[in-house]
Amino acid sequence: MAENQRILVCAGTGCASSGAGKLITALNVELKKQGLEETVTVVGTGCQGFCEKGPTIVIEKHQVLYTSVSVDDVAEIVASDIIKDERVERLLLIDQITQKPVGKLSEIRFFAKQHRIILQNCGVIDPQKIAEYTARKGYLALQKALKDMSSDEVLEEVKKSGLRGRGGAGFPTGLKWGFCRGAAGDKKYVICNADEGDPGAFMDRSVLEGDPHSVIEGMLIGAYAIGANEGYVYCRAEYPMAIRHLEIAIKQAEEAGYLGDNILGSDFNFHLNVFAGAGAFVCGEETALMASIEGKRGMPRVRPPFPAVSGLWGKPTNINNVETWSNIPHIIRNGSDWYTQLGTEKSKGTKIFALTGKVNNTGLVEVPMGTTLREIIFDIGGGVQNGKAFKAVQIGGPSGGCMPESMLDTPVDYDSLAKAGAMVGSGGLVIMDETTCMVDIARFFLSFTTKESCGKCTPCREGTKRMYEILDRITKGEGKIEDIDTLEHLALTIKETSLCGLGQTAPNPILATIKYFRHEFEAHIRDHQCPAHACSALLSYSIDAEKCKGCGLCAKNCPTTCITGEKKKPYVIKEDDCIKCGTCVDKCKFDAVIRL
Amino acid sequence: MCTECEELIDPKQILLDDVITKYKHQNGPLIPVLQQAQEVYGYLPTHVLQHISKTMRIPLARIYGVVTFYAQFRLVPSGRNVINVCLGTACHVRGGAKVLQTIEKELKIKDGETTEDRRYTLEVVACIGACGLAPVISINNEVHGRLLPEHITGILAEYE
Repeated sequence: MAENQRILVCAGTGCASSGAGKLITALNVELKKQGLEETVTVVGTGCQGFCEKGPTIVIEKHQVLYTSVSVDDVAEIVASDIIKDERVERLLLIDQITQKPVGKLSEIRFFAKQHRIILQNCGVIDPQKIAEYTARKGYLALQKALKDMSSDEVLEEVKKSGLRGRGGAGFPTGLKWGFCRGAAGDKKYVICNADEGDPGAFMDRSVLEGDPHSVIEGMLIGAYAIGANEGYVYCRAEYPMAIRHLEIAIKQAEEAGYLGDNILGSDFNFHLNVFAGAGAFVCGEETALMASIEGKRGMPRVRPPFPAVSGLWGKPTNINNVETWSNIPHIIRNGSDWYTQLGTEKSKGTKIFALTGKVNNTGLVEVPMGTTLREIIFDIGGGVQNGKAFKAVQIGGPSGGCMPESMLDTPVDYDSLAKAGAMVGSGGLVIMDETTCMVDIARFFLSFTTKESCGKCTPCREGTKRMYEILDRITKGEGKIEDIDTLEHLALTIKETSLCGLGQTAPNPILATIKYFRHEFEAHIRDHQCPAHACSALLSYSIDAEKCKGCGLCAKNCPTTCITGEKKKPYVIKEDDCIKCGTCVDKCKFDAVIRL
Repeated sequence: MCTECEELIDPKQILLDDVITKYKHQNGPLIPVLQQAQEVYGYLPTHVLQHISKTMRIPLARIYGVVTFYAQFRLVPSGRNVINVCLGTACHVRGGAKVLQTIEKELKIKDGETTEDRRYTLEVVACIGACGLAPVISINNEVHGRLLPEHITGILAEYE
């Protein structure tokens, strides 16, 4: 019989778009119908991490995960699992290797190899209730810092932990705090950079949506160590749920006395504001971000002076990203000795990655620093989709690079990745298979950086545009062999002479793809061929009249009506209207569509 | 036209003035004011920018500079249904470009344009964070995922 228990429904952005909201309503209706509304609680949590199989729910009592749950499954879940205590086998995850359903969370490969510290509350607590955070040791670190430690001791502890900035560059956090603390001035600010603009990265959003108090607590402790009394969270406007949860969390923290004046009876005051960005990738750069809060165009400026000396409104300011801040409560609560056991010699702790692209298990993955790419992609991610061959993993977004199969045993830490020509970046990992063209990927990133370049400095504004034009030409089969050298030359110049991080790292995707996939550039230029069959200008489709049985399946599924013909006679593709989507190739049962 | 009505102030302007009053004395008020003005009007018409400039004592040129810098602000009204096609990395490698081409062909508009009947506005965005469902589009913030080009016609028809 059902006893007091909770059903955790993932209501993060991914699962919400797969229908988690309706699922919560349906569960509540069904529980009421069965007279269980008093004993069983349905909790909408933050991201549980397994976005591929969303919406997901966890029956907390037995730690069982149900995947791809729909409203139609609700009655059975309540009747079987909640009332009779019998698992609904058809909704369990099928293990890829054993091909058997897996009952418990801890036995699912995707979760078993992870080490969840920052994500420990995500998908477990209701992020809109502060009591659920405090019940899981929330705000204990703040109490420890304010009651038992001086601000010097807090700073020292963070320095000893070896924590490095999770925003990408990996600057030691304690050192950064020390600069701001040492700067002259009474008024100081701390800022949380939640302008997570890297396409394919969503870990900061998930932390803010699923565990907003951990970020607030981290900022409070940082402000105490630095001597700041006001803070901002700069969050992308594209993340409405993160902003909403953050605002609720701030209000509840104020009511509970964790934010405001004389926090927990001490003489420490701290006020926190949320600032919604307005859609500009460059605002992830710290000086651009501050200009944006000041109500200006978000353009970076020359450093020095560094923000630690002259930042927001000219006052000393310390900026860290979401994941960095949410590391802080764990370091203070458990001590730096505990923290330094995790990770490698120079990169401590864990890192969250957003695993996406052509991988079986997309979702959020938290692993100790130093885990290899192979472990993340194959052991946790379950390898490449549809049995295709692995080609590359893109790491670090528009500032990072693509790594081939031969580099898969690279440990993921700041220094190893930098050596390999990529960077940890914010933590997006996009998996690419044999059908992804690497020249096209380089062109894709350049089209992104040219659009997002703020235009202030010439190398970035003009240089990225020229590189884009060359890459575009190559993907159309109009490249010249000297283009590769020109690209490398331009890339190095832009890297050295751009004003801010955006321009300095924009050439990385090109340099890395030329380094590891030069043969693909050459195939486009010399042979006018795209080895991956992805560049549409180098493709043409036609129908083999002898093989075509005239079934019309291709024409029926063609999104543009460019295939015409009569039943039982060979069909014809009109090339002018063809968008080269390849749907006809996938649909034809007789291999009659020829792709050249 | 009724002459008495000329004295009346547009109800939208009352909302706008409330927003301006709320933010006027805060630090860095311009971007939140523009965001909320856009929520009230659906876009940022010239007369609204002029009004903000006058009441907040910020030069119009500076406001225009800010409006044109950020992707969120629009100077022309959008269609009844706003289609955001995600071309983040994950969507790109899973065929987002083909989804975009299909929509462009179907509606005969490009990124940033609106159909003549004002039924659809098409916008390309870089990552809406639903990478697990790639490739995705969102129409009026409703996300459609795991798309293939042949799904498009049916989905578009749902939005009047």
